[in-house]
Amino acid sequence: MPIIHIDNKPYEVKDGKNLLEAVLSLGFNLPYFCWHPALGSVGACRQCAVKAFRDEQDTKGRLVMACMEPVRDNMRISIADSDAAGFRKHVIGWLMTNHPHDCAVCDEGGSCHLQDMTVMTGHNYRDYHFTKRTYNNQYLGPFLNHEMNRCIQCYRCVRFYKDFAGGKDLDVFAAHNHVYFGRQQDGTLESEFSGNLAEICPTGVFTDKTLKQHYTRKWDLTTAPSICQGCGLGCNIIAGERYGSLRQITNRYNGDVNGYFLCDRGRYGYEFVNSKERITEPLVRHYPGDAANGQPVLHHVRNRMKAGKVIGIGSPRASLESNYALKELVGAEHFYLGISENDHELVSLMLKILQQGPVRAATMQEAAAADAVLILGEDLTNTAPMLALSVRQAVRRIPVQEVVSSIHMPAWQDAAVREAVQESKGPLFILNVLETKLDELAAGAYHTAPDNIARIGFAVSHLLSGQVPEVTGMSDEGKAAAQKIAAALKAAKNPLIIAGYSSCNEAVIKAAANVAWALKEQGIDAMLSFTVPECNSMGLEMLGGHRLDSAIDEVMNGNAATVIILENDLYRRMDQHTANHFFDRCKDVILLDHLFNATAERANILLPAATFAEADGTLVSNEGRAQRFLQVFTAAGSMQESWRWLLQIATLNGHPVLQHLAHLDDIVVAIQQRYPVFTGIESLTPPADFRMAGQKIPRETHRYSGRTAMQANLHVSEPKPPEDEDTALSFTMEGYRGEPPSSVIPFFWAPGWNSVQSVNKYQVETGGPLHGGNPGKRLIEPKVNAQTKFYMEAPQPFLPLSGHLLLVPVYHIFGSEELSVHTPGIAERMPAPYIMLHSEDARRFQVTEGHLLYFTDKGHQYALPVIINDKLQKGAAGIPVGLPHMQVAEAPQLVKI
Amino acid sequence: MKERPLTQYIPDSGTLHLREYEAVGGYAALRKVLREMTPAEVTALVKDANLKGRGGAGFSTGMKWSFVPMDVPGPRYLVANADEMEPGTFKDRWLLEGNPHQLLEGMIISAYAIQATEAFVFLRWAYKYAAHEMRRAIADAYMAGYLGKNILGKDFNLEMQLHTGVGRYMCGEETALLNSLEGKRATPRAKPPFPQVSGLFGRPTIVNNVETLSWMPHIVNNGPEWFKSLSYTGDGGTKIYGVSGKVNKPGAWELPMGVTMRELLEEHAGGMKNGYRFRGALPGGASTDFLTDAHLDVKMDFAGVAAAGSRLGTGTMVVLDDHTCPVGFVHNLEHFFAQESCGFCTPCREGLPWTEKILLSLEKGTGTMADIEQLDMHTRLLGPGNTFCALAPGAMEPLQSALKYFRDDFEQHVKEKKCPYAHHSH
Repeated sequence: MPIIHIDNKPYEVKDGKNLLEAVLSLGFNLPYFCWHPALGSVGACRQCAVKAFRDEQDTKGRLVMACMEPVRDNMRISIADSDAAGFRKHVIGWLMTNHPHDCAVCDEGGSCHLQDMTVMTGHNYRDYHFTKRTYNNQYLGPFLNHEMNRCIQCYRCVRFYKDFAGGKDLDVFAAHNHVYFGRQQDGTLESEFSGNLAEICPTGVFTDKTLKQHYTRKWDLTTAPSICQGCGLGCNIIAGERYGSLRQITNRYNGDVNGYFLCDRGRYGYEFVNSKERITEPLVRHYPGDAANGQPVLHHVRNRMKAGKVIGIGSPRASLESNYALKELVGAEHFYLGISENDHELVSLMLKILQQGPVRAATMQEAAAADAVLILGEDLTNTAPMLALSVRQAVRRIPVQEVVSSIHMPAWQDAAVREAVQESKGPLFILNVLETKLDELAAGAYHTAPDNIARIGFAVSHLLSGQVPEVTGMSDEGKAAAQKIAAALKAAKNPLIIAGYSSCNEAVIKAAANVAWALKEQGIDAMLSFTVPECNSMGLEMLGGHRLDSAIDEVMNGNAATVIILENDLYRRMDQHTANHFFDRCKDVILLDHLFNATAERANILLPAATFAEADGTLVSNEGRAQRFLQVFTAAGSMQESWRWLLQIATLNGHPVLQHLAHLDDIVVAIQQRYPVFTGIESLTPPADFRMAGQKIPRETHRYSGRTAMQANLHVSEPKPPEDEDTALSFTMEGYRGEPPSSVIPFFWAPGWNSVQSVNKYQVETGGPLHGGNPGKRLIEPKVNAQTKFYMEAPQPFLPLSGHLLLVPVYHIFGSEELSVHTPGIAERMPAPYIMLHSEDARRFQVTEGHLLYFTDKGHQYALPVIINDKLQKGAAGIPVGLPHMQVAEAPQLVKI
Repeated sequence: MKERPLTQYIPDSGTLHLREYEAVGGYAALRKVLREMTPAEVTALVKDANLKGRGGAGFSTGMKWSFVPMDVPGPRYLVANADEMEPGTFKDRWLLEGNPHQLLEGMIISAYAIQATEAFVFLRWAYKYAAHEMRRAIADAYMAGYLGKNILGKDFNLEMQLHTGVGRYMCGEETALLNSLEGKRATPRAKPPFPQVSGLFGRPTIVNNVETLSWMPHIVNNGPEWFKSLSYTGDGGTKIYGVSGKVNKPGAWELPMGVTMRELLEEHAGGMKNGYRFRGALPGGASTDFLTDAHLDVKMDFAGVAAAGSRLGTGTMVVLDDHTCPVGFVHNLEHFFAQESCGFCTPCREGLPWTEKILLSLEKGTGTMADIEQLDMHTRLLGPGNTFCALAPGAMEPLQSALKYFRDDFEQHVKEKKCPYAHHSH
């Protein structure tokens, strides 16, 4: 490892880094703007100037930009040098010639990298006395506010948006000191990752528009480490509250999972927490006034449970703790997975493949480092958006490895590397029923029906392994695709095979496993990644339960009288007619949930369940990574964690196990003991009695203001803050001020670093793991020496049937997820209901765009307006999934038109 | 009459067309190269001649070519930098309009040396006549078999295109030119990697100035010793020098490298106009330091001008006279540079408009002594290495030397709260 001398002191640094990364990793404060660990260096802002000396004799030295200088052994530099420090101060001075004096009214104030860097350089007197240039701002949609006057032209926004995330509609315009960052014209930013601009922008040009609706300074937020509930990937987030409402979601760096970024569903989908539709108090129906009639609600629950046989229906969007508590309460034999048959078939198959097969599930960071990618039947941008971002990085990274040796430049030299790479991309193959946004990067993108996708996958695995039989009756086109894919995968060292829930086809999952296993058999270190529908789909499947269909049977047969439903809208799990029928037959329905939904309409007892923001719990991501989310604030009214409700019910009922559990730690230990598959979740976060220097870890910054005043309208004295008996965190600003363990970081802050850039101070090295390791525990590891049991039977090819269409689900990042659509901005971006047809099918059924197409499912008629898309498999019809108030038949299925 | 290889056949008006060019020996050098020489021999020849780039930086052309990796597969490119936008500079225009085939032949020879398969002429937007003639010359060269497949029956192919810019000074910087040619924003690139390694579309690329490339046929025909003998100094060849300002005969002349400023001004430009006194000159275009009458005997070659504290640059001199306000003169330049900044790096994007505003304020009589200090500060802070490319350091050269040689004028603006030259309208 090279030794560099900084202000005459030797330091060991990592080879291959640039000087800025090296000095930041050593803990020095060196200001910067245009560099970002995920984006590399371009040398635009000139802020990170240091003095470099030729040798010990050289006293004059020259200024260099640290971000553009590779570290070299025996390099001598000075950060403190007066020329360097003076230059850095002047760079701020230049930036300030046009930056407005609006910190006090700027949303970024208090978490502004520009503020931090300004203070760091010591620029505190403005000697520019001319006018400032001004810009017009743009309307950029519901997620981001635009205030161009604040721009310091660091170019990070376009480098993230275009180069990193593949966006097309944000660019840099004009020149000299009138450079403009925006869209060609006003309009909603199209990228699904646009919200990251609020964090990438070092100042207040792009700010979170949803935060603006209920604005709070970063230092006034009560924050906690949390896990995104938007999909199954388990991105790490920080959620912040003030005055009892959730205000903002920001990224929580996890080097293994989401790195520095989030998708817009994850960032903005939080507003359901503040929804007027929240169930805030228990409700007992069919009593006068629908009130609990003086009796404690839990007595009603107990009475209903005594009245007859009780079954419990779990939820893939509820924590492991809550699902466990329900399963214990009703007994394992009466616990049903609250997911559709299809989801259960698929997720249990994925789980089996990952638990029993020889190939590991990739972390998202491993996915970003894959050197060949095959996607089977997934539109990742809409089903697992951050994984799509990882694939984008993988595809880009592969040719980078080649050019760095030919042009002798390190990979962090972003502009030079991009120039040399040009349009070349690593091998990515996509098989999907419909075009996807990643198609533009693919060496091959094939649009065909799920069964055909599976067949090509089987054919690929046949080409890779003699154990898999040949797929008969393949088309020439399918054969050619399989050969091309097999050749590319075979040439790779770490190929990644992705499949998932959205094609609703077991054969596709099996084909993915076959391909990965066949590669493994060849000695190639292949990886698998399966998308799952919800934030705890994997955890629920690991916990186990009966099929939802059997629950319906139980009720229909009159065996079960009382149904306890955990955080689940069954109208999203089955068609409305079946659901209506089911509820008609239930004697009592007890629902624990957040929002008044269709199921809540049918419940006799409603228990207000805390959302992720008001609860502690554990989720297992698609990767098999167990992660803990911690409560941000204490919910108003009677809302509490579902598991706490269930423990209280159990206590009242005298449940032998549950009645002894009270706190998070107790239940986590109980889960581990009962289900060894969850071993290790105990140590996901430190226990409740964990103290640092004798203190808890505060959820509030030391600058938190107004605590003595904010409740003064209620009582003149400051109320005692709530106790957190479940975790090592406190709901106050008092406590340990140092760096907490990586799993319980409530906010990123370091002296002089108020912005999100302070994450540098929490990492082993910039862009590297957090101190003490990235949080989360992988519960599923492959059986490396497992005998590979390939799936032998490829499905029959899909053939369009006259008079019929194959309904296939189409997922939308904005719209398909149940809770996030309660954010007005997300609702605004939701598509209207449709049925998507190939133009030939439209002709076949004599409809055109906008016409209503009628079809029947289980005796019920549906009508949907037609949209045309020729990138869809002929004979298939795409229908959007999960849109609120859109009751649609099960997909996939063949329906008669 | 001394030898003027570059310009001797340029007609007094109009253009030397293909037949006329061939009639005076045009394309003989190309024939010789393709018949007798290996690419490496051509590079060696140019290296021996020690031809230094005529675009302003004065780097050895042969050396530059030798950095092109010849063993990597895939295309290599040659680009003629004809984006002549340095204020006060009009030398390439003479060559482009007068003898386009000389440039083309030079380009084909150069392309052969680096085994490029495609060549581009990146031409200044405003050079409409040159564009017209260049287009015709390229078409004629294709017709005559000097371009295209199997040039002159040999195993050498070269496609050539004319690309007209949209009028950005920045495109004169070779890496910004390459970005612009790729259809990207005309912002410069960091070096390394140099264009020789990763240039146009990330491929090995040579960018040479028009005057530099026009030398190739002559060096091939006459050899390196002849080339060196043309000069008065160690920097070989002739040079196209120009003079503008209040002189009797402003213009451009091809002269032996190393003529003195005095000879240029007095013998060729005819001395100062009646009533005007010489106060100083930018010897090589707008981005070079002023030299004054103390420097009139400086030899106008790369080393000579550098020793005097300026740069030969493009060799086209802009003269400052005693009726023109040096502050206003520099203000005009800084206005240009501030406007032409690409906006990529902070010091240039924000610093240049600041100097421009201060200079304007001085001209209006609202400047202060602190403003002059601020200008001094900028000349130090916008130095080479501190900014991303050479634009801002170049912009500081006339300012820093004006502050050095004409400081009294600056201070007079502050003291008198007006421009002392205001009654002399230019």
